[in-house]
Amino acid sequence: MPALFKIALRAILRNKMRSSLTILGIVIGVGAVITMVSIGQGAKVMVEKQLESLGTNVLIIIPISTAHTAARGTAGTITLTAEDAFAIEKECSAVSYVSPGIRTTTQVVFGNLNWTTSVSGVGADYHIIRNWPMESGRFINQQDVNIMAKICVLGQTVVTNLFGTLDPIDKWIRVNNVPFKVIGVLSAKGESPTGQDQDDVVLMPYTTVQRKIMGVTYIGVTLASSVSAEARFEAIEQITSLLRQRHRLRPNEENDFTVISQVEFASTIMETSHTMTVLLGSIASVSLIVGGIGIMNIMLVSTTERTREIGIRMAVGAREKDILFQFLTEATVLSSIGGVVGIILGVVLSKMISYYGEWPSLLSPLSVAVAFLFSNMVGIFFGYYPARKASRLNPIDALRYE
Amino acid sequence: MQDIVSLETIYKIYQMGDVQVTALNGISMTIKKGEFVAVMGASGSGKSTLMNILGCLDRPSKGKYYLEGVDVSQFSKNELADIRNKKLGFVFQSFNLLSRTTVLENIELPLIYSKKLSRIDRDRIDQIMATLGLMEFQRHYPNQLSGGQQQRVAIARAIVSNPALLLADEPTGNLDSVTSTEVMNVLNDLNHNMGITIVLVTHESDIAKHARRVVVLKDGEVLSDTPSLSSASGSYPPSATFLHH
Repeated sequence: MPALFKIALRAILRNKMRSSLTILGIVIGVGAVITMVSIGQGAKVMVEKQLESLGTNVLIIIPISTAHTAARGTAGTITLTAEDAFAIEKECSAVSYVSPGIRTTTQVVFGNLNWTTSVSGVGADYHIIRNWPMESGRFINQQDVNIMAKICVLGQTVVTNLFGTLDPIDKWIRVNNVPFKVIGVLSAKGESPTGQDQDDVVLMPYTTVQRKIMGVTYIGVTLASSVSAEARFEAIEQITSLLRQRHRLRPNEENDFTVISQVEFASTIMETSHTMTVLLGSIASVSLIVGGIGIMNIMLVSTTERTREIGIRMAVGAREKDILFQFLTEATVLSSIGGVVGIILGVVLSKMISYYGEWPSLLSPLSVAVAFLFSNMVGIFFGYYPARKASRLNPIDALRYE
Repeated sequence: MQDIVSLETIYKIYQMGDVQVTALNGISMTIKKGEFVAVMGASGSGKSTLMNILGCLDRPSKGKYYLEGVDVSQFSKNELADIRNKKLGFVFQSFNLLSRTTVLENIELPLIYSKKLSRIDRDRIDQIMATLGLMEFQRHYPNQLSGGQQQRVAIARAIVSNPALLLADEPTGNLDSVTSTEVMNVLNDLNHNMGITIVLVTHESDIAKHARRVVVLKDGEVLSDTPSLSSASGSYPPSATFLHH
């Protein structure tokens, strides 16, 4: 075997240009697979982390029917009220907290700086439902909600853009020329699964947003939490039947609201990112297969060119097996060199993409091992046919080949 | 003396489309240990086919071929490869050395396939190279050598595994007359001094006269099988005269 290995290596070194081009095909294939899989894996891990941060028992109540969303849009929908939210909290046994919500996008001003952000009216339990700890100060309490207090809690992005390094606690910001006192700052939450910056937010009591900013009486997207992750389906059912009853919907009428679980929402996104990994991986695999065909092509040329050499070897006693191994070794050495270089390329590329593209990448040793193994298999698979063809040559014809 | 080769009514029939071509038409002959036989004949006489069968590169259609007492006529491809490796040595008209492979590695080649390259083999290779005057070229590549030197490398490769039979197919066909004589002297020495049995195919009677027995083929049959007259006698053997044109 070492002798065969030496023969194979020498044959590869004999045609450096040709060998490197052949190897390049595999390098690109393996590199692409490694890069794509590590980016896909990174995205998956990121989504998983976000899912944890979202909380597994969060329910979202949207005051429009999913069936009508496309036709009607969201404007002017007034199907949900604060009373609905209270009723859910009081009557649904599987629900522990409810935070009525109302949201608008507007400009907030501090000193001579302004920042357009999402101003979100919430209930006193919002930070419990979202599992969102404070960084400093305190959260909105029930008293604030009851008196429509002109106070607010800021997300990290707003703090950075309006206050820089200043401590925002007890400072006043202006929204629609109304001053609001900053009573707390939320800890950083990062991006949502849909890619929104969750820290770009100003939280106020929902009553304050309703009356002082928007001048409306209805509420919008409302959050609730089930007593446990397992109870979320029961909670959805309870909320649905309660709201149908409160909205006096006849059995043949569709819901004028939608209740979904955060987990289901996030797992849809998870699925999407998984699909993306598979898709990217398979596209990259195609290039690996193309690389394999390159090996096959070169090996076919090489065995034809070396027909006489094969004849000489057979004449001095090489068996079919010896010739088969010689060319198979050659193909495998080519593809495994390509595999090693491709892994290096893939590692460098995925690091670069995660560094410059600010996209997480996860390089698992398993995917590296699989890529290397796969590149070897490509070598054996695509090298087998030319090698077998060479080994089946008739020594007399091979010796006479010009 | 022991028979190295014993052929019993060997036939080789090729199917060329609808036509059957009989290349060997029931040839029988024996070659004893230490003989130096020249096989002559016009092209199409069957001498190449005979050489292929003697060299275990091809199997006869009918008949038996005993090599050192073993019937190899129905051996499998792998068994034939083993026989070629251990019992036969080849010298070709066009040298058939591996280019871009050193002289030493070319000579070692049969031993690589017999999976042994021991200290004893190394000594033997050195000895053969010394005998054939190749010591100084062992790191050279074939294309750096003259035709005569290349043919000596091929001879060294042919005898490295100590074969029972050395087959030389027109070994001087690509060489000038001076180098031809030189190569023939090498073969003669091997036959005389080392007792190697040689079968030589040639169409030149000048070359055939180096052998001690001349077999002439015609249409796949043995036309004559006579002892060669030594070159010292100054006359061509009758069979050679017959072919001289």
